[in-house]
Amino acid sequence: MSSDNSDPLNLGGHLFHSRLILGSGKYPLPQIREVVAAGEPDIVTLALRRVNAQGQANILDYLPEGKTLLPNTSGARAAAEALTLAHLARELGCGDFIKIEVITDTKHLLPDNEETLAAVKLLTQAGFVALPYMTPDLVMARKMAQAGAAAIMPLGAPIGSNKGLTTRELIRLMIEELDVPIIVDAGIGRPSQACEAMEMGASAVMVNTAVATAEDPPAMAKAFALAVRAGRAAYLAGLGPVAEATPSSPLTGFLGTD
Amino acid sequence: MENNSPPDSLLAAIHWALAFDFQAITPARVAKALQRESLTLADLGALLSPVAADYLEPLAQRARRVTRSFFGRNIGLYTPLYLANHCVNHCLYCGYHYGNAIRRGVLTPPEIAGELAAIKAMGLSDVLLLTGESRQLSGPDYLEVAVRLAARNFASVGLEVYPLKTEEYARLRLAGADYVCVYQETYDPQVYAQAHPKGPKRNYAWRLGAPGRALAAGIRGVGLGALLGLADFRHDALALGAHGQFLERQYPAADLAYSTPRLRPIPGVMGQFGRINERELTQIILALRLFSPSFGLSLSTRESPGFRDNLIGLGITRLSAAVKTSVGGHDGPGQGDEQFQKSDGRDVAEVCQAIVARGHQPVFTDYARL
Repeated sequence: MSSDNSDPLNLGGHLFHSRLILGSGKYPLPQIREVVAAGEPDIVTLALRRVNAQGQANILDYLPEGKTLLPNTSGARAAAEALTLAHLARELGCGDFIKIEVITDTKHLLPDNEETLAAVKLLTQAGFVALPYMTPDLVMARKMAQAGAAAIMPLGAPIGSNKGLTTRELIRLMIEELDVPIIVDAGIGRPSQACEAMEMGASAVMVNTAVATAEDPPAMAKAFALAVRAGRAAYLAGLGPVAEATPSSPLTGFLGTD
Repeated sequence: MENNSPPDSLLAAIHWALAFDFQAITPARVAKALQRESLTLADLGALLSPVAADYLEPLAQRARRVTRSFFGRNIGLYTPLYLANHCVNHCLYCGYHYGNAIRRGVLTPPEIAGELAAIKAMGLSDVLLLTGESRQLSGPDYLEVAVRLAARNFASVGLEVYPLKTEEYARLRLAGADYVCVYQETYDPQVYAQAHPKGPKRNYAWRLGAPGRALAAGIRGVGLGALLGLADFRHDALALGAHGQFLERQYPAADLAYSTPRLRPIPGVMGQFGRINERELTQIILALRLFSPSFGLSLSTRESPGFRDNLIGLGITRLSAAVKTSVGGHDGPGQGDEQFQKSDGRDVAEVCQAIVARGHQPVFTDYARL
């Protein structure tokens, strides 16, 4: 499956051709390679807290060459902790892209938007390309964009829930109102939901659990790749209007013909 | 001593759990609990009932889904390190109790460093430091030294020691302690009083409040547990869930975990307590998994290799390996007698092999100290 070179995704001046971002955290390590080969993402996320610099089997050893690593700051509960993890990413040679995850609700793994905004400010000042994961909120997202976020990553539903675009309307407002790319992250459970997010105008989708918990993860990764391409193509083609029912008595019938 | 009383709402929840009528649960009530997306404490009670034993398969199916979506196919690995086994308590069920004529020992700091190096050499990055209760021979100053040594080379350092004061937990957090395990043993105050006839552990409320004090001091996670078989195991499992839910609401950012050890034969200790079989233990683990999807769940080497392996993927998220329950013992022979007889003596490579054979990933590092 070739990617479309004429319609790149621009994140902080870096261009990507696949609009599917895959996670790496829920697989046996050897399977990551198969999933990435099947889904053909340009960007793969990884949890910094799980990267051990020494000794045992390392997740970095299982990610194919030529992919951009998007380390996340999961484990951080405050902005300063996200910055510490970002510096760790740099030391490990993971580059400057950081997905900011600041989570203070371990039950639902919901992001703390206030600390996340503070983290965007800290990380952009430190020269990182910051991609904040957040609970969709237009006002907060606007502040994050103003603070220098390279993209905003609102959740479609709580992480791991596979419930789809339950926050559809809030994400739609963000897509309409903000100039930065909107990447739907978390909650997407089916390729059709990824497709819908792309049709709405999302710039990319990030999927982990839906692929990892499928019976055949590589086949599901491929299905998501196809869905994302279909959704993007539909968005670019411009969706036709949805027909509305015509009332039997016209509302303007009182007007004469002259 | 600081305020000794746990919050009324926690005491009320435990009181409710201990009075729960498991006999009143019908198959329809179990089915309703199984359908519920987010389980209530009463749903947990239904799933712990004798009637729910007939629903083990649907429970397991759902527990597998829930575990996979929250934790993926990862199993964390750790090992306990017993630093000392001097103890002033008289717990009737424990091999370390004061009156038991066993060999006692306390590791010196150089010995601790040697043990940690031997554990590190096995590839492990998560160590749980344990002692008996002796403020004289393994007091907070001693613990602080041990935690500092461990934090140098381990991604995650846990403590399973006697209940401490909030400021002591805060000190140990600064030294590098990441999580604290304080098991209530039993939530039933009467059985608790019988099982702890003498010593500071008699103070039920002080122990019950310990996990909350650790979290208030900024410790990142706590492990809760009940020693199943001491009192009625269904009521203890339900009270454990009540304790977990209380802390989850009080400290939403905390990492919380359950442990469900069963009483095992112990040298020098009378077998006067109840027995709980593997089916019953499995039911408890599955029910707790559904009630608290984000909680860690560990299964100790009190259980057999086959049983531990079969629960991989069904709710368990952490396994210990290369376990010694004597004092030290990783770097040369252990100094003291064992606390209990373990059933799983496999080393790190063997446990990893079992995890991989079940389609899962052994995880050595899942934590960054921030």
